[in-house]
Amino acid sequence: MSNRVSVFRKEHFNAAHRLYRPDWDDATNDRVFGKCALPNFHGHNYELIVKVTGEIDPETGYVIDLKLLSDLIQQEVIERFDHRNLNLDTKEFAQLNPTAENIAVVIHGLLRKQLSDSLELQVRLYETPRNFVEYPA
Amino acid sequence: MVYLTRVEHFNAAHRLYNPDWSDEQNEAVFGKCSNANWHGHNFELFVTIKGQPDPQTGFIFDAKKLSSIVRERIVDKVDHRNLNVDVDFMQGKLCSIEHFVMAIWKELEPALPPQVKLHALKLIETPRIYVEYFGE
Repeated sequence: MSNRVSVFRKEHFNAAHRLYRPDWDDATNDRVFGKCALPNFHGHNYELIVKVTGEIDPETGYVIDLKLLSDLIQQEVIERFDHRNLNLDTKEFAQLNPTAENIAVVIHGLLRKQLSDSLELQVRLYETPRNFVEYPA
Repeated sequence: MVYLTRVEHFNAAHRLYNPDWSDEQNEAVFGKCSNANWHGHNFELFVTIKGQPDPQTGFIFDAKKLSSIVRERIVDKVDHRNLNVDVDFMQGKLCSIEHFVMAIWKELEPALPPQVKLHALKLIETPRIYVEYFGE
């Protein structure tokens, strides 16, 4: 029987952003992104759920030490994005529209490079209690 | 007396910043909440009114009408906005959640019909932080 288990760590951060493409005029941005394109930004409480799947290590009984996973999320995600303006304060979204989809893909990339290849990674990001995304799909 | 609560939600950017202080002092007191480029939250607003049920309708006040008042007076002005920059009733105020809830009370109370009283506002800033205000 497989000893593969998924473990989850939940973290949170908040940030300002706007959805806006500089290569579109304001009318097009308004038509596509509506209130999300307003020029003075708005913001969210983001809730992040990180799922790591792998074999249970027979020595420790862990798939991954959740304290280590928490520290990794703090270092790679929370310190980068918490209380920031995603458009103005982060290099990740200087050229990339900070939709929930794109934020999830970026977070996945930041964490993926810190984890062993033997572990699978999936992130779920809540932008509001009602809007959330998952990557990989 | 019956208490009726309507919940609305919105999201907004803000920062905590006292213009009378230096940037260093703002940073010392407000930390990352004073970030010059703003941050933001998903807010939830609980509006509680009190009154006697009308014998004809059974309502103390139509909850749908209460929702319309809260949306028109508050949500339409703050949703997807920057509280410091865009919101008329927060101009000149330090944008803490405490000030925000008191300002919301001032906007809402006069908009309610005479048969109901505004009893309480609960404003949730994050899943872990909220304030309550009873107009005192």
